[in-house]
Amino acid sequence: MDNSKIKQHISRQFNEEMEDIRNKVLAMGGLVEQQVDLATKAFMGNDMENAEKVVQQDRYVNEMEKDIDHECTEIMAKRQPAAFDLRMLIATIKIITDLERIGDEAARIAKMTMRLEGAEYYQDKYYEIEHLQNLVKEMLNGALDAYARNDVDEVIAITEQDAKVDREYTSITRQLITQMMENPRNITRALDMLWAARALERIGDHACNVCEQVIYMVKGKDVRHLSREELERTVNSVRDR
Amino acid sequence: MTTAQKIRHAIDINALNRPRPEPSAIETCIKVEDLDLFYGQKQALYKVNMEMPRKKVTAYIGPSGCGKSTLLRCINRMNDLVDGVSIKGKILLDGDDIYDKSVNVAALRRRVGMVFQKPNPFPKTIYENVAYGLRIQGINDRRILDEVVEKSLRGAALWDEMKDRLNDNALGMSGGQQQRLVIARAIAIEPEVILLDEPASALDPISTLKIEELINELKEKYTIVIVTHNMQQAARVSDYTAFMYMGELIEFGETSELFTNPAKKQTEDYITGRYG
Repeated sequence: MDNSKIKQHISRQFNEEMEDIRNKVLAMGGLVEQQVDLATKAFMGNDMENAEKVVQQDRYVNEMEKDIDHECTEIMAKRQPAAFDLRMLIATIKIITDLERIGDEAARIAKMTMRLEGAEYYQDKYYEIEHLQNLVKEMLNGALDAYARNDVDEVIAITEQDAKVDREYTSITRQLITQMMENPRNITRALDMLWAARALERIGDHACNVCEQVIYMVKGKDVRHLSREELERTVNSVRDR
Repeated sequence: MTTAQKIRHAIDINALNRPRPEPSAIETCIKVEDLDLFYGQKQALYKVNMEMPRKKVTAYIGPSGCGKSTLLRCINRMNDLVDGVSIKGKILLDGDDIYDKSVNVAALRRRVGMVFQKPNPFPKTIYENVAYGLRIQGINDRRILDEVVEKSLRGAALWDEMKDRLNDNALGMSGGQQQRLVIARAIAIEPEVILLDEPASALDPISTLKIEELINELKEKYTIVIVTHNMQQAARVSDYTAFMYMGELIEFGETSELFTNPAKKQTEDYITGRYG
């Protein structure tokens, strides 16, 4: 499906409104990606400056959510959209909720980083989550890409990556439990790490939700709460419509 | 019981799991088979095939000149009145071909009532407008007429407004009231099918909503086919929607599906206001 889809209305103003919404969602997505990136870097690298920046910027994410919500409501009231337009607006309203939650998770990691400042045990870096955060960032990036291009070809791969994320999270948990058992003085540090890993795992889930909404938007099929196999089957069944 | 409990009691869990009726369980009232229609040399309908379910509302949508009114008028043979019209194919009402030579057209039109875009009450009293269909059938018994007039006016949601004005001239009514009067006149003779050709396009928004509300009530008893230029109206009132374009039926399906996830690109372009 090509991107010009939202540009073909007889009403040029409608085109502009839909494009504006899409651009705003992508801007919000870009900001959220940056937030996740900064927050994890700050956490792993003991970087207070970036942590504070993330906390500060979280309110921009919140504002963007409200702004896009408002604009979607206005278009619905004004234009009574149908078919793809309707699905795009509904999907957008849900996607930005997920993006805002991702922003919250990033802010959570950042706040924790700030709380840790000066803590004795925070001297060694928290690199255990490095791989996990890479996986999650890829997912988020792919989900936003799919939204921008109205393209569901990549989304199955992204939802499959969520399984990897889950495995990585379980393995980090196991690793941390071992550390805690070896030396109780590790417990505080391990718990921090666990919280950060948990936040990243949640971000992966939100990225998956975004993918599901993109499928709904493009294909008109509601694929929430399906197993991965069912999801794949549904997407393929309508792929060449 | 607390409110929350009441609500929980009100939700029928089984209803949530109940499957939608199978397509085969829906009874067909009107079946259109390979219908071609020509106005002289010009072909206006191309091989239309469609099955309209009984006691449901079917809406025809499409741009001007796409053949939706033509198709609607075929269902009670109104096109017979137009010079140079020729028709190939069949329309079956309850399984019988309405274009069969043996069909009495007047009897067919008693079974298939029609309401037009502009309200067309007769310049008579409200009472006589509704009683008209019975009178031309030779029914003049005052008691029967009284009963039918009341029932029909109630059916058209007009009784309460009009019961004290039955002997007023119908032309003194508002446009919305006139349109409901015409519907009352149509249902007085108890048809099976009601055809509505843009019934609300000349009405204000409130009257339009009243007509839509009425359509929703009427479908309990009648099979309804409506032509409308207003897509939101089609989405609101109909169970099934047919999208027509240049004399062809492009897509026919459940309204809820057609408006959220149409199967054909042409349908999508039309309902979302894109250039096709």
